Amino acid sequence: MSPLDRIANVSILKQHEVDKLYKVDNKPALSSNEQLCFLVRPRIKNMRYIANLVNADKVAGRTRRYKVIFSPQKFYACEMVLEEEGIFGDVSCDEWAFSLLPLDVDLLSMELPEFFRDYFLEGDQRWINTVAQALHLLSTLYGPFPNCYGIGRCAKMSYELWRRLEEEEDGETKGRRPEIGHIFFLDRDMDFVTALCSQVVYEGLVDDTFRIKCGSVDFGPEVTSSDKSLKVLLNAEDKVFNEIRNEHFSNVFGFLSQKARNLQAQYDRRRGMDIKQMKNFVSQELKGLKQEHRLLSLHIGACESIMKKKTKQDFQELIKTEHALLEGFNIRESTSYIEEHIDRQVSPIESLRLMCLLSITENGLISKDYRSLKTQYLQSYGPEHLLTFSNLRRAGLLTEQAPGDTLTAVESKVSKLVTDKAAGKITDAFSSLAKRSNFRAISKKLNLIPRVDGEYDLKVPRDMAYVFSGAYVPLSCRIIEQVLERRSWQGLDEVVRLLNCSEFAFTDMTKEDKASSESLRLILVVFLGGCTFSEISALRFLGREKGYRFIFLTTAVTNSARLMEAMSEVKA
Amino acid sequence: MDCYTANWNPLGDSAFYRKYELYSMDWDLKEELRDCLVAAAPYGGPIALLRNPWRKEKAASVRPVLDIYSASGIPLASLLWKSGPVVSLGWSAEEELLCVQEDGAVLVYGLHGDFRRHFSMGNEVLQNRVLDARIFHTEFGSGVAILTGAHRFTLSANVGDLKLRRMPEVPGLQSAPSCWTTLCQDRVTHILLAVGPDLYLLDHAACSAVTPPGLVPGVSSFLQMAVSFTYRHLALFTDTGYIWMGTASLKEKLCEFNCNIRAPPKQMVWCSRPRSKERAIVVAWERRLMVVGDAPESIQYKQLTIQVLLDRLVLRRLYPLAIQICEYLRLPEVQGVSRILAHWACYKVQQKDVSDEDVARAINQKLGDTPGVSYSDIAARAYGCGRTELAIKLLEYEPRSGEQVPLLLKMKRSKLALSKAIESGDTDLVFTVLLHLKNELNRGDFFMTLRNQPMALSLYRQFCKHQELETLKDLYNQDDNHQELGSFHIRASYAAEERIEGRVAALQTATDAFYKAKNEFAAKATEDQMRLLRLQRRLEDELEGQFLDLSLHDTVTTLILGGHNKRAEQLARDFRIPDKRLWWLKLTALADLEDWEELEKFSKSKKSPIGYLPFVEICMKQHNKYEAKKYASRVGPEHKVKALLLVGDVAQAADVAIEHRNEAELSLVLSHCTGATDGATADKIQRARAQAQKK
Repeated sequence: MSPLDRIANVSILKQHEVDKLYKVDNKPALSSNEQLCFLVRPRIKNMRYIANLVNADKVAGRTRRYKVIFSPQKFYACEMVLEEEGIFGDVSCDEWAFSLLPLDVDLLSMELPEFFRDYFLEGDQRWINTVAQALHLLSTLYGPFPNCYGIGRCAKMSYELWRRLEEEEDGETKGRRPEIGHIFFLDRDMDFVTALCSQVVYEGLVDDTFRIKCGSVDFGPEVTSSDKSLKVLLNAEDKVFNEIRNEHFSNVFGFLSQKARNLQAQYDRRRGMDIKQMKNFVSQELKGLKQEHRLLSLHIGACESIMKKKTKQDFQELIKTEHALLEGFNIRESTSYIEEHIDRQVSPIESLRLMCLLSITENGLISKDYRSLKTQYLQSYGPEHLLTFSNLRRAGLLTEQAPGDTLTAVESKVSKLVTDKAAGKITDAFSSLAKRSNFRAISKKLNLIPRVDGEYDLKVPRDMAYVFSGAYVPLSCRIIEQVLERRSWQGLDEVVRLLNCSEFAFTDMTKEDKASSESLRLILVVFLGGCTFSEISALRFLGREKGYRFIFLTTAVTNSARLMEAMSEVKA
Repeated sequence: MDCYTANWNPLGDSAFYRKYELYSMDWDLKEELRDCLVAAAPYGGPIALLRNPWRKEKAASVRPVLDIYSASGIPLASLLWKSGPVVSLGWSAEEELLCVQEDGAVLVYGLHGDFRRHFSMGNEVLQNRVLDARIFHTEFGSGVAILTGAHRFTLSANVGDLKLRRMPEVPGLQSAPSCWTTLCQDRVTHILLAVGPDLYLLDHAACSAVTPPGLVPGVSSFLQMAVSFTYRHLALFTDTGYIWMGTASLKEKLCEFNCNIRAPPKQMVWCSRPRSKERAIVVAWERRLMVVGDAPESIQYKQLTIQVLLDRLVLRRLYPLAIQICEYLRLPEVQGVSRILAHWACYKVQQKDVSDEDVARAINQKLGDTPGVSYSDIAARAYGCGRTELAIKLLEYEPRSGEQVPLLLKMKRSKLALSKAIESGDTDLVFTVLLHLKNELNRGDFFMTLRNQPMALSLYRQFCKHQELETLKDLYNQDDNHQELGSFHIRASYAAEERIEGRVAALQTATDAFYKAKNEFAAKATEDQMRLLRLQRRLEDELEGQFLDLSLHDTVTTLILGGHNKRAEQLARDFRIPDKRLWWLKLTALADLEDWEELEKFSKSKKSPIGYLPFVEICMKQHNKYEAKKYASRVGPEHKVKALLLVGDVAQAADVAIEHRNEAELSLVLSHCTGATDGATADKIQRARAQAQKK
């Protein structure tokens, strides 16, 4: 499903006399229509596509009307390209300032998956303005935010740009009662580890296995147990899904079978009914039961399909290795496991993910492993990945351990400067200094690996670690928890230093005084570069424990595969 | 005894009127008004007088003089007219004086006599000269209508947004119409003109003859026409001394009147007091004034809004008064005080005798950071007056760096504009500036500028990646960024080059770059890729099948699958494929071929570096239990239980696990015990467990 489907699906478009829909890719649109309308992201690649099409029409001597709608905004560079390609006069341009898509009751997505690569790899800040606009829209709807926290360079820039928009249009939100008490900005690159882990809560697992697109999933014949695929919207309105989405996968099957038994019992009630009761049952309950039945069998199907894929030994080993990496045990063994994974060509994306996880948890690979794993990878999956490695290094996802493990004071200072906008003059090479992960030290400081005494009861989770089978508390979520508890970064100096990001916290007492106690429990978390369903589940859990309510705003929902794909170079 | 009615005079039978002076004019006019071109602005605005407009004598001493007075005759400006002959004067709604010249040029002046701009009414007007011109007002602005010497009309409905419209020809029109006026209906401006006994309505498409309803017969020409200020009503004066009054749509007659004066009146205008229900026209001859009216339903007149009033005060530079009014009316700052201060500042920058520093300081002191004041607008005004330095000083006060950019670009301060754009965080703005810089600077300087601005540099790189690949290379070269250059050529070897020689050459360049970047790993890997590419080419020539662009692993696999084992082994040696990988590879390929014999031979070639469990797994994947069992016996002790379970030998697995006394293994076997068949085994394990616990 695409964002457009969520807003205006094909039948609505047809009602408005849209003849046919084409995907903007390398194939030409073979339409005989007199009018073409392009709904595109403002990217040069798309401009060239349009230019080729228009110029081909010109050569063929055909005249049509062309309209280009840029979403979420038009960029000058795009108009430039249209001009250079000689078609600026032939097309008319428009903007569709669409920036927020509510995917669920607590999840807003900007549906900008490219944000991650654009910003964290290419250093392209184009979307920061879009983020600021989206926040501005939210504050016109829900009033000002009394408390703002954030960590990361992009977080800081987004925050500042947004503030400036607010100040320019002061008066609109002035004097309004704040409806959302806190806003928390988070850069994806301050916690890659969480995003790289295999997901084991149901919603995350469904995303990893079937890929949820725009809040909807395509269940194939193996799930629907028919010959057809089915598009299913996954959100709070699906009563069955809503009860299992945040559960550890090991509980889901049991839950579903219990549910099935209950359902059966409800069906069975009709046996002893008289006619009147039966009439009542059919008119009032049956429809609901049938609906529940349908959903239940879908999710049971999905579970079976996941079990088939994931309960094999391979998956157990994989999870074991991941946990070892998180805890920092048996590094050699894990490295050999990854090597074998590559040698066997299990999956290019999975291999890459494991390499990155090893690199980040270990603060970079030791030189020997760095070389040998990369060599093995190139042999298995093709030499073009030399470019992938260059990307991963630049993004700090796969690096070579530098001599001397921890950050020196000078480096720390320099990297602080790098994160400061005013010091933009420091060159790229220098800024890679700031990419140290220091995961182990942070993990210790923040107690991310819970001490295990006895079995971790996944049915009754005691902390956010349950989303990773009790092995690891997501770093991003822990930081949010800690800052909210203190309502500042006080006492977290060491963590901030290790994270190597600039942090900020602003509280506006005059606004806070106006806020109701209920709105002060409401927290908007802004993930720049994407968040995973595991993080969402973990924070939902935290919310229930501490009496908060979280709302998530993300540039896109992501997972490990999407992150790796964004970094991969594939042959054109 | 006072007689209140003494100064009231009878008007007709039932009405009275009186004349009294509201105020006397302050001016000291030497000329007769009739010898001047006169224009009075609506709503009690200024009055413009052009003396000696028709300089028939060629003497320079009698050049026309343009005087501007306030409504009460206070002189505001006086200037010698040095341009061409003027046909008509009029004030726009913004109180700008429009002077229409004979050649169709319209000169625009402010109410203090300051020249603002000029525009032309087009070529046709220039060629045929202006015969007559009208300045008119609609709700959309002020317009100019021209009658040319060729008896054609050209008009612009809004001089603020100049769009010239040439009206269609009036068929058979040989001489100037006896009278004409502009009409505005349904947002469109028309021209109504009288030719002999006929009336024509011109719109932009057509010319149509019209007849006023209820017009008396016998009219042979119309001498005057007048349209009301709101364009609702029309009055016509005929050569028979008959006056027709009706709606401007010519659909309804309101009244008629015969005054028995056949001389053409000098002037005829509609007059009504605000909110008055009476509508009337005033007709003037040389020595006679006549008021004709009727009293039907109510008419509402648009009044001056407070905003317009403030604008007028500002135009008259009465800033303190305007501010006091704003404060008295408690207008929001943005609409009120701020706006007036901004106007004041724009006026201030025009004072050429004050130094840049003083002006900038004065403005900042008064304005501070008043909301709604745009320093960039004020700076733009300063720049417009030729005060670039002052403009830059003023821009410094502009808090929104993005707002500073357009003006900085205009003033050719592009580098400053670039840093301001970057500060604003608006990438689109940065890009706009970049392209300006690119055109303005030579390539070397442009690159140098980029070098100091990483954000701009990465943005430009992005652009080049898609649109100017060669420039991208130059950028890397300039920075001695050999790593990126290497990557650039690698990419080229996939995307840009198709011939194998070209691809190898690109890889060679990449290798050199990587060596320069001291990235030995990448250099070696690229060299390997060159070798592989050449070899794949040879394989394609010599063998069947596709090899180009396969990974090393896949190349070897393809060879094995094609039965070229010798070649495969040669390749593995040449590229030093590690043993482990080779074993995985062969194992998978042979199982895919279901060549069990060869697999067994291979398994015995030497001790497996990957153990024998993978053999068991792969055979089971191909559902060959028989072969799997062969390898299960060779699996080392640590994986023995797993292997036995894989081939389904639960009993033996249990024995091994018991022997190992390994709790994890025991429970693994137990979890595989299903149904009745394994009941005995399960018991055995439980017993072993119990025994272990006793100890």
